[in-house]
Amino acid sequence: MAQDWPLWEVFVRSRGGLSHRHVGSVHAPDPEIALRHARDTYTRRMEGISLWVVPSAQIVASDPADDAAMFDPAADKVYRHPTFYSIPDDVTHI
Amino acid sequence: MYTTELSKTTNVASTEDPDKLAAFEARVAADEFIEPKDWMPEAYRRTLTRQISQHAHSEIVGMLPEGNWITRAPSLRRKAILLAKVQDEAGHGLYLYSAAETLGTSREQMIEALHSGKAKYSTIFNYPTLTWADIGAIGWLVDGAAIMNQVPLQRTSYGPYARAMVRVCKEESFHQRQGYEIMMAMCAGTADQKRMAQDALNRWWWPSLMMFGPPDADSPNTAQSMRWRIKRETNDELRQKFVDITVPQAAALGLSIPDPALRWNEAKGGHDYGDVDWEEFYAVVRGEGPVAKERIKARRDAWEEGAWVRDAAAAYAAKRNRKAEAA
Ligand SMILES: [Fe+2]
Ligand SMILES: [Fe+2]
Repeated sequence: MAQDWPLWEVFVRSRGGLSHRHVGSVHAPDPEIALRHARDTYTRRMEGISLWVVPSAQIVASDPADDAAMFDPAADKVYRHPTFYSIPDDVTHI
Repeated sequence: MYTTELSKTTNVASTEDPDKLAAFEARVAADEFIEPKDWMPEAYRRTLTRQISQHAHSEIVGMLPEGNWITRAPSLRRKAILLAKVQDEAGHGLYLYSAAETLGTSREQMIEALHSGKAKYSTIFNYPTLTWADIGAIGWLVDGAAIMNQVPLQRTSYGPYARAMVRVCKEESFHQRQGYEIMMAMCAGTADQKRMAQDALNRWWWPSLMMFGPPDADSPNTAQSMRWRIKRETNDELRQKFVDITVPQAAALGLSIPDPALRWNEAKGGHDYGDVDWEEFYAVVRGEGPVAKERIKARRDAWEEGAWVRDAAAAYAAKRNRKAEAA
C-alpha cells in the first residue's frame, strides 16, 4: 500500500478584515490538491472567502513541557496592563 | 453511539508515572482540554484512538446506505439535498480521521483496519435501505440518534475530537430535518406512501435504539470513560432522551412506534419502553449484519478503483518536486 499523502494545515479567513484561522488539516500530494481538498472539506457552507494551506511539517510548535519557562515569566509582569496603575477618579480621559 | 467497542477493557497500566497520571486526571477533572502534544496515559490514547477512528469509519460507511438512493431520489430537489448530506458525512469522516491521526495512528493504518474488517463501525449501517422512505427514516432517526450522542462530545476532553464534534454538530441538524421532511411528505401522501413511511419506522426503530450501545449494566468501562470525559452521558441516559424526544415526533407524523410496551411513565417523567434485542446487536457487532459484507466490499472496491487516481497524483507531485530541485 502507498504511503499517506503529506499533511497540510488549513486556515480560513471567514470575512474581510479578519485573520485566517486554523480549522483543521487535509492530506494531499501537492499544493493545488491541498487547496481543493481544503475547499471541499472546510468551506461547504460559505465559511470563508480565503484559504491558506501550509505543509504541517513546516510548522514549528512550542513544547508543552516548556510551557512554564515560555509563558510563566509574563505572569509577574502585571505592570504591562493598564489596570496596574491607580489614577485618582477626578483625573479623566486617561 | 457511533462506536460499538467501548466495552473493551481499558486497563490503566500501573507502569504510568503516578505524578504525571495524577496531574493529567486533575486537568481532565477540571474540564481542561488535552492537546496532541500533552502527556496522556497510554490507555487514554488507545481508547480515544479506537473511539475516534470507529466514529470516522461510521461516517464513511454511513455514506453507503444513503448513496444507494442518490440516483433514484424522487426529485431534483431531493437529489441535491441527499448529495449534500452524503458529502457532509464524507467531511465528518475526514475531520475525525484527522483528529485520530493526532494521537499517532496514520490514516493509512486506519483505512487498512477498516478494509480488513479489524475495525468496527456503527451497527446501524449494516441494515439495507429498501425504499425511499428509508432515507427519511435514516435522517430523522439515525442522524437524530447521532446528534444525541455527538452534542455532549463537543465538551469531550480531547481538544481535536471536541473541535471536530463542534463542526459536525453544526452540520448535522439539517440532516435530521431533511429526513423528517421526507417522512412528512410521505405521511401526507397516498395510503401506499404512508404505509412505506410506517414500514421504514418499523425497521429502523430498534436498530436506532441500539446505536447508543449496550445497557449501562453491560458497559463496564463507562465509569472510566466518563471520568476521562471521553464520554459525557451513559448509553441508557442518551437512549432515554432519544425515546422521549422521538415519541411526539412520530405522533406528529401520525405514525406508531413499533413497541407495544411503550408508554409514558409520569413518576419518572419519561417513557418506559420494551426490551432491545441485544442478541441481534451483538450479532451485528460480530459482523453478521444483513449487508455487512456488501458494505466492506463497496469500501474496498472504491479504494481499489481509485488507486490509479492516487498513483497519478503522486507521480505528478514527484515530477514537480524533481523539477523544483533541479531548478
Ligand atoms: Fe455525520
Ligand atoms: Fe449526518
